[in-house]
Amino acid sequence: MGAQASTGPAAEGVGARGEWGGGDGSGGAAAGTIAKAALATLPLDALHRRLGARMVPFAGHAMPLHYAKGVIAEHLWTRAHAGLFDVSHMGQLTISGQGAAAWLERLCPGDILGLRPGRMRYSLLLAEDGGILDDLMVTNAGDHLALVVNGATRASDLAYMGARLAPGLELRHLADLALLALQGPEAATALGRLGIAAAPGGVPVEALKFMEAGAFTWRGTPLWVSRSGYTGEDGFEISVPAEAAEALAEALLAMPEVKPVGLGARDSLRLEAGLPLYGHDLSPETEPVEAGLAFAISKRRKVEGGFPGAERILKALLDGPARRRVGLKPEGRQPVREGATIHAGDAAVGVVTSGGYGPSVGGPIAMGYVAAAHAADGTALEIEVRGRRLPARVVPLPFWQKSYAR
Amino acid sequence: MRYYTEQDEWIEVEGETATVGITDYAQGQLGDIVFVELPEPGRVVERGKEAAVVESVKTAADVYAPVSGTVTEVNAALADNPALVNESAEGEGWFFRLTLADPAELEGLMDKAAYEAFLGTR
Repeated sequence: MGAQASTGPAAEGVGARGEWGGGDGSGGAAAGTIAKAALATLPLDALHRRLGARMVPFAGHAMPLHYAKGVIAEHLWTRAHAGLFDVSHMGQLTISGQGAAAWLERLCPGDILGLRPGRMRYSLLLAEDGGILDDLMVTNAGDHLALVVNGATRASDLAYMGARLAPGLELRHLADLALLALQGPEAATALGRLGIAAAPGGVPVEALKFMEAGAFTWRGTPLWVSRSGYTGEDGFEISVPAEAAEALAEALLAMPEVKPVGLGARDSLRLEAGLPLYGHDLSPETEPVEAGLAFAISKRRKVEGGFPGAERILKALLDGPARRRVGLKPEGRQPVREGATIHAGDAAVGVVTSGGYGPSVGGPIAMGYVAAAHAADGTALEIEVRGRRLPARVVPLPFWQKSYAR
Repeated sequence: MRYYTEQDEWIEVEGETATVGITDYAQGQLGDIVFVELPEPGRVVERGKEAAVVESVKTAADVYAPVSGTVTEVNAALADNPALVNESAEGEGWFFRLTLADPAELEGLMDKAAYEAFLGTR
């Protein structure tokens, strides 16, 4: 057997030697050996290996692709119970100082000034021309803003923001923190049983609502917990000092609802949930409206503008973009992968940016960009795989209905 | 007699015909298999060239013909149940059968002991 295409994290050795390509990977398939030499280990590395994880290079780190039971079992477990994900490769940043929110609005199209303490928002870091440099979570953490950015773009984000930092503001990378995600319908039950104490005046951790966050302690260790995630399920993300991460992960894994879940299922879960992956579905060449992320441009900002590329982006909002990110459902069982071209008759009308198998859907699913004229739900298209055209349909995202605790 | 390739295919030879599949090691490396693309019966395959494609949740990989020959039959059960390759890679999860073009090509392949030693070097 030999390597072919792969999207997302792939097995090494036999078959593909791919890593996550594009912006979120540590290079193309050929970079395997080189990337391995320079791989950083994350705080939970030893635990992953003890749990039987297959480790792969991802965003410059050795990360668990899956554990013994495999991607499909981990995916389905997360949809039914609770999966524990190590996402410590993500960048945890803070911005502090007078006027931090107003300053961040000069780089992001979200309403950061209107974000109340303990509330978070999905936003985008935009280049001067409105292209997407990263997608990120911004939280009003009281006396500072907390950002979670993608692992592969962390360094470039820091450079971009650092070069534009206003006087009096401080931008920090909290490299000594791990980040765990507990996702699934039983996540709140499991986390609520762990003995996490709220900060004075705060709510119990399981009472956080979707897109709320707060400070907590567990066995004397400070935690920052948000009700958010990247799976289309209810769940939490837990920021924890690196030295306490393993004890916290072990305590969670001791709960009957919780099993470890790797990057493979994280990718299939987010694809079913219709969530874009930076470096694949989003890039500096995509702007927010065609990416289907107009919701991240807050109402006030649509009126006021004042973010990078505002003219281009507001024009796309008004006139409609030339192409759109859409869901694609191939007929039959054959998956279509990132890079496959999309056709309407003889015309090439788009490209697949994420594709694979959806375990909860029980078949192949994909997303990609197609010309606006072919982007309506139900449009019949063809996707080319290995020289053959497979019939597919444009379908609404998500493939899997979200169930968030609002 | 069963032979193995360095690309993790196996071939079981009975006279002029042979059955081809991927090894248990290979299915373990690929993970959950969700699709197998098999050659049309009658197709002439060449030693070391693509003969089939196997796709797991995350990746697609080529399966090479261990020897040259003409495909006579494919494993129809894989169309509805590709996970059969995970469950029984070297048994019920076989891919296709062929008639050998040149039995001398088998001489370059490994036996089970040699393949296991080869896996140990990875």
